[in-house]
This record gives sequence, structure tokens and C-alpha cells, in this order.
Amino acid sequence: MTERFPSPFEVPSPEGASDWTSLYPYGLVFSEDRKDYEDSVFWFQDGMHWPDPLPPWDASIIDLAFGALSQYNSRVFIVPPANGLSVRLLNGYVYLSPVPADPADIEKRAGMFMERAGYYFMNWNDLYDKWMLKVRALVGRLEAIEIEPLPDFEDFSVVQEGHGKTSGFDLYKAYNDLLTAVAEIWNYHFEFLNLGYAAYLDFFGFCKTAWPNIPDLAIAKMVAGVEVDLFRPDEELKRLARLAKESGVADAFGSGDVETTCETLKGSEAGRAWIASFEESAEPWFNFSTGSGFYHKDKIWIENVEVPFDFIKNYIDKLNKGEDIARPLEAIHAERDRIVAEYTELLASDEDREAFQGKLGLARVVFPYVENHNFYVEHWTHSVIWRKMRAIGSVFVKESFIEQPDDIFYMHRGEVHDAITDLYTSWAAPEPARGPKYWPPIIKQRRAMVEACKKQKPPPALGTPPEVITEPFTVMLWGVTSESVDGWLGAADNADGSLKGMSASPGVVEGVARVIFSPDQIAEVQEGEILVAPLTAPSWAPIFGKIAATVTDTGGMMSHAAIVCREYGLPAVTGTSFATSTISTGDRIRVDGNTGVVTKID
Amino acid sequence: MWFQSYWPGMKADVGGKAASLGEMTGAGLPVPPGFAITTGGYRRAHDEADLDATLARLLHGLNTEDTDMVSRVCSEVRDAIRTMPLPGEVEAEIRRSYDELCRMADTVNLPVAVRSSATSEDSPDASFAGEHDTYLWVRGGDDVVDAVRRCWASLFTDRATCYRVVMGYEHRSVEMAVVVQKMVRPKSAGVAFTLNPSDGDRSVVAIDSAWGFGEGVVSGEITPDNFLVDKVLFEVSKRNVSTKESEFVLTDHDTVEKVDCDAAKASEPSLTDDEIKAIARLARSAERHYGSPQDIEWAVDLDLPDGENIILLQARPETVWSKKAPQRITEGQNPSDFMASIVSTLVNPLHARKK
Repeated sequence: MTERFPSPFEVPSPEGASDWTSLYPYGLVFSEDRKDYEDSVFWFQDGMHWPDPLPPWDASIIDLAFGALSQYNSRVFIVPPANGLSVRLLNGYVYLSPVPADPADIEKRAGMFMERAGYYFMNWNDLYDKWMLKVRALVGRLEAIEIEPLPDFEDFSVVQEGHGKTSGFDLYKAYNDLLTAVAEIWNYHFEFLNLGYAAYLDFFGFCKTAWPNIPDLAIAKMVAGVEVDLFRPDEELKRLARLAKESGVADAFGSGDVETTCETLKGSEAGRAWIASFEESAEPWFNFSTGSGFYHKDKIWIENVEVPFDFIKNYIDKLNKGEDIARPLEAIHAERDRIVAEYTELLASDEDREAFQGKLGLARVVFPYVENHNFYVEHWTHSVIWRKMRAIGSVFVKESFIEQPDDIFYMHRGEVHDAITDLYTSWAAPEPARGPKYWPPIIKQRRAMVEACKKQKPPPALGTPPEVITEPFTVMLWGVTSESVDGWLGAADNADGSLKGMSASPGVVEGVARVIFSPDQIAEVQEGEILVAPLTAPSWAPIFGKIAATVTDTGGMMSHAAIVCREYGLPAVTGTSFATSTISTGDRIRVDGNTGVVTKID
Repeated sequence: MWFQSYWPGMKADVGGKAASLGEMTGAGLPVPPGFAITTGGYRRAHDEADLDATLARLLHGLNTEDTDMVSRVCSEVRDAIRTMPLPGEVEAEIRRSYDELCRMADTVNLPVAVRSSATSEDSPDASFAGEHDTYLWVRGGDDVVDAVRRCWASLFTDRATCYRVVMGYEHRSVEMAVVVQKMVRPKSAGVAFTLNPSDGDRSVVAIDSAWGFGEGVVSGEITPDNFLVDKVLFEVSKRNVSTKESEFVLTDHDTVEKVDCDAAKASEPSLTDDEIKAIARLARSAERHYGSPQDIEWAVDLDLPDGENIILLQARPETVWSKKAPQRITEGQNPSDFMASIVSTLVNPLHARKK
């Protein structure tokens, strides 16, 4: 293949953001220092998790997350063909490059992998139970971190109890603990994930070999759990909608305004009981982001009650129309059993049936983790991290380092540490801190730079693509295949304007497109429209009852978006790269979830 | 007897053909709808018209060596049966059933096929079954009643009559049931395989389809639309809509001829998604019923309501892939060694193998 994407060093800086590299830690950006390496490999943009340019602090998660992913492949389980992923930022967007293992080492690595991964597979449920305890303990420790403004004088108890440490130190430690927690939760995130995908891929490969034309959906349905934590927030909304109706307080949602609704609810015994029930659901289930969970700006249900209230109101409307909003669990179980039984019947030998049952069994053991970790990490833990960071931001606001708590996200990881040290030592002296003069102009300039980065569309990939993309996780998690890379390269020549993506969920639908770029626009989506978005997050679930199909720029067949679309039985094409840039709201489009093609019709 | 009310105990009364149609209807294999006039109907007509006396008179002294005589006498017998009056009840029942069929198809003077249904397939008469008559495109109650009598008359072909005389069988021992079945008027028609003919994948149904009668698809004169449907979820996984330049239609003379298809229609899919799925379900039912991969002919009938308009015309065993020994998917692997399999999945991933 002679065609290639631009080199990272050929892409111009966005207008008004020529100094964008100053936004991020030095190790996260492309640089002349590593040019030989960075120019020699292929990079693809991860718009699935990071559709927008990153504010500086939000980038803190990235290198820790990919470090965690990589170490399990390269240092822990020794995945035979694959090491980790390099990650870089370019103009604020995230680019990834798979790091393969030396082919000569594969045999040696396979021996280690079988022993180590085999141990995890054999002890999966015990280890998963431990995982759950570790994660809950970590969230507990995070919640317990107290962040307070620094006092004029320490409390007398500091003396009486011989603390030997002060509030300044506590603040300093709180931030360090927070950063440690980010690293720790991402270690947990990838403890099981790659192995889970490997087992799923193995089952997937068996099915595709046995039945070359089997729909991906059928494979997913055989494995998918029925009661999944990731769907629990949506289930809680439905429960609350039913409760509102049964206890006669549903009318309170008629105003469409949260404050009025809450006032009305507080006025009655049943209403107060409903609020108590809402609060019970909220911890932890409404620590749920309307985005991917990777941006401080993503709205979290528990802090933006209008979001879950709106969804609850929708469900109440459906109940009023006599619609059944419950997931028919028995029917879903029965359907899953039927699908497995019918495919088993299509196998010709006992050996194949045994292998099929074995692989299916393992896939089902590992899959709860694959389905659920997203809630515990990206939604729950991240929600707490963003809250605690804002609390530190509030301390900075009080000391005039910044103007609003969210400004803290325009400092990067190390800079927050420096600013806290500045605050702490100047409080201790006391003397003027440098922060109040230093930060406000920098933050203003950085906000403008991030906005400027948004205006320039990132190339979908950088460098020369390999002949064949073989890295298994790249395909599984990101939906990057040789075909999609060819599609990106050829997209400009596509005369009929059709887009090719992944057939993430089957079915064919024609309808009117609604292009939305952020969760704030969810309310614009009308009944029966086709949702076109850079990506969809699981927390958008409640609007999936409204739309006819989904098209996204990014994502593969196991991306969070695809899982939810299948759950809702909607046709979906993911990983089209250009849907939001070539389709406009109001366009009539045809979405073929069977072939992965999206076509404009007039 | 309506096909859907058939049960095996009725076989002797309705004959092999009607029994098989009834059995298929009961198994969820929708043959063109219709009913059978049982042997009882024949017996009553026979008795009421005192056919025994007529037969005895006409056939007395028949010399089976004398072909002229045989031909003349048998022709007289057949005329007698064709013109004999029917018992009122029998005739009314036939007309009532035919009217019901017309109503079902929402068509006045619905064209039907009237064919004989031999009762004793083990008997020597069975060897003459081919000579028993079939009347196509019969319209209206009068013609249907007439065609039923013609079928009965076909018991007395020259050969069958001589055979009975030579073997010493009694003429009154033979009986006949008659099948009246809607003629299919296809919107579209074609064939379906319960596996993918190109790779042997048994998890799909492959459908070829074109406008009008299926002759063009079967003979290869028309390049059909092609669909691949998953057998378990019934999702259409591949669709290939061709330009079908011609179609086979019914002429005014009740023959089927090839005509040009207008340009807009030619490039339209000849099936809706619902029809595709219904055909796939039908093919799967046939496969289950017969216990092996099938190659079926089907049609989408214009006259029947949605949901009942997918018709099975013929089913036969698929022969190409069915004869190949199935290949083990995990060939050379120990099915319980999941780690080796996972390693090979990672080292040699599927999507890379396909290239």
C-alpha cells in the first residue's frame, strides 16, 4: 500500500493554538526527541473515548490508563503477539499505536501466557469477587478524602492529639491520594479486561468458522448477561417511574422543571418517600456520566438531577400511554437459550459441540466483567474523582488562584501539585502566593486553545498503515480493521456519499438524521429520528426507546455503543469516521446495520 | 376435507396426494390452500347414480385384446361418469367449499387446480396414478364440479380398465378422492436452500427470487435477487438486488410466458424484508420436517392475505453439500484445551485470516 496518512509532524497546529503542547505533560505529546519512533509506526485516533480535544487535567487519566492496559499485556500475562499501546496527543486529540511483540518471541511468550492467563481463567470468579472488593474499598477511600479550605489557625485538637500534621499537609496529601487513586483504579480496570476480550474473541472466532454468515448479534446474544450492572441505572429510572405512578406522585413531573417538581414532591408523604427512594438509587447507580466519563464536563446524573428526572418523566409518559417499559427477563433468558440450542443443533460432531459449549461457558464466565467494569470505573469512580477535583478547585477559587472551580482542569497533573504547594507554603509563611497572578491569564489562554483545537477536525489516523491490522484488541475494542483504514483513506473519493462502518447491530432503517455532538443536545432528538453522533454512551440509554437507528464516527462491535444498540434492538453502524462531518440534521439517510453502510437518500 | 383439518386416520379416505398436502399443512409447510373430496363423496355419487348397473352393462363381455372395442367402451363409461348427476349434498358441499376458498383469496371465480388423489398407493392402481387427470386454471363452481367428475372418470382409462378385467379385480372396488387447490398467482417466486450454496454454511437460508412465476429462476433465464438469512435470528445478512429484465406471467390463455419487465420494477427488490424472513422460516420448517437440508421452490401469492401468502411449491433434499462429510471446526485440536485455542486466536486473529 503506497497510500498513507499524514505524519504526526506534518499536521499543522490549529489556528489560535500554536502552543497546544504546553497544555499537556511532556511525555504525552509528539516530539522531535522521539521522531524516529513516532514516524515509524501507525497511529489511529481514539474518538470513541475522547471525541473532543482534552482539557489539560483530563489528560491525566490517559497515560495512566494506557500504562495499565499495556503492562498486563507486556509484563503480567505476556500476551503472545501483543504488547501494549503507545498513546500521544496531537492538537488535543488522542492517538494510539499498538506495540507488537517480536514475532521471534511469540512461542516463548505463549508458554508464559498459558500459565498466567490460564490461572486467571481457572480462578476467574474468585478473582472477580476480590476485584469488586478492591474497587469498592478504593471508592470508599476516595469518598473519605476531605478537602477543606485552609484555616487561619489549626484546631486545638491538632495540638492535643499530637497530629504532627496540618491542614496544608492534608490538602497536599488529598491531591496525591487522588492521583494515586486514578492510577490504582486503572490498574484494576485492565486487570481482567484484555483476558475477557481474548476469551470472547476465541468464542467469536469459533462461531465465525462454524457459521461464516452468523450475525455478530447472535454471538453477542449467546454470551450477553441478562442482568447487567451497566443497565442498572436505566432499570432504576424505570423503577422510579413506576413508583411515582403507583404512589400517585407522577403529576409532579408535569412541570418539566426540577425545582418545581422537587417542591411538589416534598409537599406530600408519598412524594418524600419517592425522594428517599431516588436517593437510595442514586448511590451508586446515578454516578453515571452522560458522556464517556473521560471528561470533567460530562454531566453526571447525581449532580445534574434534571437528566435522570427528564428520563423518568419520559418513562412516566410511556406508562401513561399503557406501554410496558419492563425488560422481559424471562423472554430474554428463553431467547438466549433458544439461540444456543439452535446453533448447537447445527454442529456436526460431538467434539465441535464440546468445544462450543466450553468456549461459550468461558465467554459467559468472563463477560460480566467486560460488561460491568465500565460502570464501576468510568462512571462511578470517575464521578467521585471529578467531584473531589472540583472541591480542590473551590479551595483555589477561595484563594483567588482561579475564577471558577472547573478552571482547575486547565492545569495539568503536575501543575496542580505545584499550585497546591504554592498555596500551602504561602499559607504557612504567610506570604503572598504566586498563583493568583500566575494562573488566571494562563487558564484564560488555555481555554481559548482547547476551543481552537475543537475547530480543526483530527485526521482519523497518522503514518503508514500496516498491510493487515492484526493486533486483536485494536479490532475488538476500537473497531479499527484493515477495511476501516482503507475506508478512511478512500473516503474523499466516495462519490455517492455513502459511508462504510462496522455492522454493530443489524436491521435496515430509513429516516431523518439528527446529528448531535454532545450529551447536552440529547433533548433535541425527536421520536423516530436516526441518531448520528461521534459516539454514544451507555448512559444515553433512555433515548434509545425513541430513535430508529444509530450511526457513530467511532467504535467497534464490542464498543459500549454497540452493546447498548443491540440491547435495544436498533440497527447501528459504528466506526464510520465521517458520519458527523458528512451528514446533517434533516438529511434522509438509510442505515444498513447488516452491511455497515450508511447512504444519503433524497 | 380442508388440508388443515387432516389427520393420519383419514389417509384411506382422501388418497395419497391429499394426505401429503394435509400433512404438510399441519407441519407448518404452507402448500396452496385447498380441500379434498373424499372417497365417500365418490362412493355416494356412485351409489346414487347406480353406477354398478351402468358398468355391468357397458363392460359386459369386454374383450381386452380388442383395442378398438376397449377404446369405445371405456370412452362410454367415462362419458357416463362425466355426465352422471351428483347427489345434492355432495354437489352442495363441493360448491360451498369452493366458495369458501374464493372468499379466503378474496377473488370471484378463483382459479383452482383439480387433481385426482389415488387412495391405495400399494395397489396396482397406483401404477396408473400418472394417468389420473389434473385440470389447471379451473374457474367457477360449475367447472369445478365438472372437473371433479372428470377426475373420477379417469379411473376408467383404457389401461386401468383392462388391467382390472385381466386381474379379476372388481371395478366397484376402486375409489378415488379429488383435490381442489388454489392455483398460485405469484407476485414473485423462486428457490431457497437451507444452507449457503457457496460455502456450505448451514446457519443460513439462501434465497433466489424474481418477479412473477419461478420458471425463470429455476431455469436460470433470469438473474434473480439473492438474499442470505440467518436461520436462528432471521436477520437478512446479505442482499444482492439484480436487474431482472424479464418476468414470467400468466397469459390470457392460461399459459406462462416470459415478458419484459419495466425498468423501474426490474431493479426493485422482488421481496420485502418480511417476505424474505417468512420464506426463510418456511425453508427452515421444511428442513426440520424432513430432517435434512432442503432445496425448496416457493411463491408469494397475490391473492392471499399477508401472513398466509408465502407458499411452498416443492421441497427436495439438497444434494451437493449434504453429501460432503462435515468438517470438524476444531480439527486437530483438543476441544477442552481452551488456552491453546485462545493463543491461536490471538496470534492468528480471524479478521486477519479472512484477507
